[in-house]
Amino acid sequence: MSTYAAAKLVAAREIKVKLRDKTFLFSTVFFLLFAVASTVLPALLSGGASTVAVADAATAARLSDAGLEVRAVADDAAAEKLVRDGSADAAVVAGPAVLAMEDSPDDVVRALSDSPPVRLLDPDAVDPFLAFAVPFALAFVFFFTSLLFGLSIAQSVTEEKQTRVVEILVSSVPTRALLAGKVAALTLLSFIQVGLIAIVALTGARLAGADRGLLHLLQPAIGWFLAFFVIGFIMLAAIWAGVGALAGRQEDLNGVSQPVQMAVMLPFFAVIFLGDNDAAMRVLSYIPFSAPVAMPVRLFNGDAAAWEPPLALLIMAVTALLLLVVGSRVYAGSLLRTNGKTSWAVAWRTKASI
Amino acid sequence: MSLNVDGVSRSFDGRQVLKDVSFKVAGGRLTGFVGANGAGKTTTMRIILGVLAPDSGTVTWQDAPLTRDGRQRFGYMPEERGLYPKMSVTDQVVYLGQLHGMSRPAALKRTAELLERLGLGERGGDKLEKLSLGNQQRAQVAAAMVHDPDVLVLDEPFSGLDPLAVETVLEVLRERAAAGAPVLFSSHQLDLVERLCDDLVIIADGTIRAAGDRASLRASHSLPRYRLLVGSDAGWIRDQPGVTLLELDGPEAIFELSAAADDQELLRSALARGPVHAFGPVVPSLTEIFREVIR
Repeated sequence: MSTYAAAKLVAAREIKVKLRDKTFLFSTVFFLLFAVASTVLPALLSGGASTVAVADAATAARLSDAGLEVRAVADDAAAEKLVRDGSADAAVVAGPAVLAMEDSPDDVVRALSDSPPVRLLDPDAVDPFLAFAVPFALAFVFFFTSLLFGLSIAQSVTEEKQTRVVEILVSSVPTRALLAGKVAALTLLSFIQVGLIAIVALTGARLAGADRGLLHLLQPAIGWFLAFFVIGFIMLAAIWAGVGALAGRQEDLNGVSQPVQMAVMLPFFAVIFLGDNDAAMRVLSYIPFSAPVAMPVRLFNGDAAAWEPPLALLIMAVTALLLLVVGSRVYAGSLLRTNGKTSWAVAWRTKASI
Repeated sequence: MSLNVDGVSRSFDGRQVLKDVSFKVAGGRLTGFVGANGAGKTTTMRIILGVLAPDSGTVTWQDAPLTRDGRQRFGYMPEERGLYPKMSVTDQVVYLGQLHGMSRPAALKRTAELLERLGLGERGGDKLEKLSLGNQQRAQVAAAMVHDPDVLVLDEPFSGLDPLAVETVLEVLRERAAAGAPVLFSSHQLDLVERLCDDLVIIADGTIRAAGDRASLRASHSLPRYRLLVGSDAGWIRDQPGVTLLELDGPEAIFELSAAADDQELLRSALARGPVHAFGPVVPSLTEIFREVIR
C-alpha cells in the first residue's frame, strides 16, 4: 500500500473519531455562538431609531427624512402626553422645543439643527471599540483553536503509544504516513472550524447592519487570517505530534508540551498587550508564531502595505517546513521508545527503525 | 515457508538484551516462545515485526530479507492489550484490516466472521473499553488476524484468558497454522505451552537455550530417571546397585539409575518381591526442561 493511501486511511479515522468527540463539538458550537454574539449583539443593543411625537407637519417630514420614527399627533399637549406615558422617546413642540424624559435625544436635536459639513481625513480609522475587539477576537480564536487541535494531535499520538496500538500500525504502514494522516486530518478540521467562525462572523456583521466601511476592513483581515491560520497550524502540528510521542503517557503530556503551549500562548498575550504599539506590532507581524494574529490586525487597522502579508506568509511557510522536519524526526525517533519519557535530544538522535 | 531469525543482537543503553539469537519458525506449526520476564521475548518479537531494528543479525521470510510489503502480510499482537479504547471493536478491526491492504468491504466481512468465531459477535458495536479484559484480548486476536496473515506473531496471547477462551483462541490459531502460516507465540505459562505448541524455543538472558520440536526436546533432555510402583513398601530399592533414590512414598519410588546398572535386572528383582503396577522412565515436564536449560 502506498504511503498516500495509508495516510488517507489514518486521516479518515482521525476525522471520524474527532467528529464524535464531545469536546470538539462543544468547542465548535461555543465559538459559533461567540461569533454571532460578538457581531450581532452590539448592533442590536445600540437600539433602533427614536420615536418622536410631533404635531407640526413640516417638522414631521424633516424628522422622518432623518430616519426617525414619527408619530403624528393633534397638538402639543397630546405629544407631551405620549412622551410621559412612554409611547414616544421624544416630542417636538412649538418653539420649536424638544421634550424628553431623562436623556437629551441627540438624534432628534441633530435632525433639527444645521450641522457644518464634515470631511474625514482618515476615513479608514476604526472605531476604538472595534480596534480592541477585532484583534482580541482573532487572537482568541487562533489561540484556542490552535491549542485545542494541537493538543488533540498530541493526545492521539500519546494514546497510540500508550496502548501500543502504534506497534501494530508501524509494523504495517510507514511512520510518515501516520504523521501525515494525523496532521492533515486535524489541519482540515481546525480550518473548517475557523472558516465557519469567519463566515458566521461576517454574515452576522452584515445582517446586523454593520456599515460598509467596517466590512471593507474586516474582509481582507479575515481572509488573510485564514491563510495565516492554516500555515501557522501546520507549522506547529508536527511539533505537537513529536511532543505526543515524547510523552508516552497522557499524564506526562502537559509537562512535555509546555514549550509548545508557550509558543502559542506568548504571541496571544503579546498581540493583546502590544496591540497599540505600532513598532512592536510590525515586528510581531513577521515573527512566524505571532504573525497569524498580528498581520491581520495590522491589515484591519490599515497599517500594513499590500506586500507585507505575502512576505510574512512566506517566512512562516519556510519556518513551517523546518519545524515539520524537526517534528517528524522527533516523532519517529521517540514513537517506539517504550520506557517512559524521551528527551528531545535522544529522540533526535535515535535512528528510526524502519 | 519458514521465518528465520539469524544471529540477532540488540542492546539498550549499553545493556545487551539479545545475544546472537537464532531460531526458525516453521510454516504450518505452532511455535511456543518461552522465557522468564525480561529474557528478551518481546524484544525479539518487535525485531521480527520491524518495530525495532536489530544492532546486528537478520530476519528472513521464505529465504529473503523482510521488506515492508512482506511485513504487511504479518499479523502481530503486541504485549500490552493495545487497541483504541474509545473506538468500537468492529471499527478498529476493520481499520487495521484496511491498513494491512484490505478493501473496506472485505475487511468488514472478515471482521464479522472473526468476531463471531471468537465469541464477540454481539459486541462488535461496543467501545473496546466497555469489554472485559478477556474479551478485549479476543478483540486483539481478531485485530492480528483480520487480514489472514502469512505469518502470525503473538506476544502473550493466552495470559488472562479463561480455559474456554484459551480453547477458542487456540482453535483460530491452529486454523491459521493449518493454512501453512508459521505461528509464533510467547508465554510464560509453561504448562499451557507444553499442551499447545508443536515446536519450542526457550530463551534466557537474551540467548536461545533450546529449540526444536516438543517430543525431541523432551527426549534429549530426558534424565536417567525412573518411576516404580509396587504392591507394598518400595523401601528396599535404596539398597539396589546403581540406584540413587530421589523420592519415596510408600509403594512409589522415583530414582536415578547409573549408566552401568541394568533397568531390566531391577525390574526382575521388583517382580520377585511382589506385584509391579508401573515401571518406566520419567519424561521431564517442560517446567523441568526449562529449569535445566536456563541454569
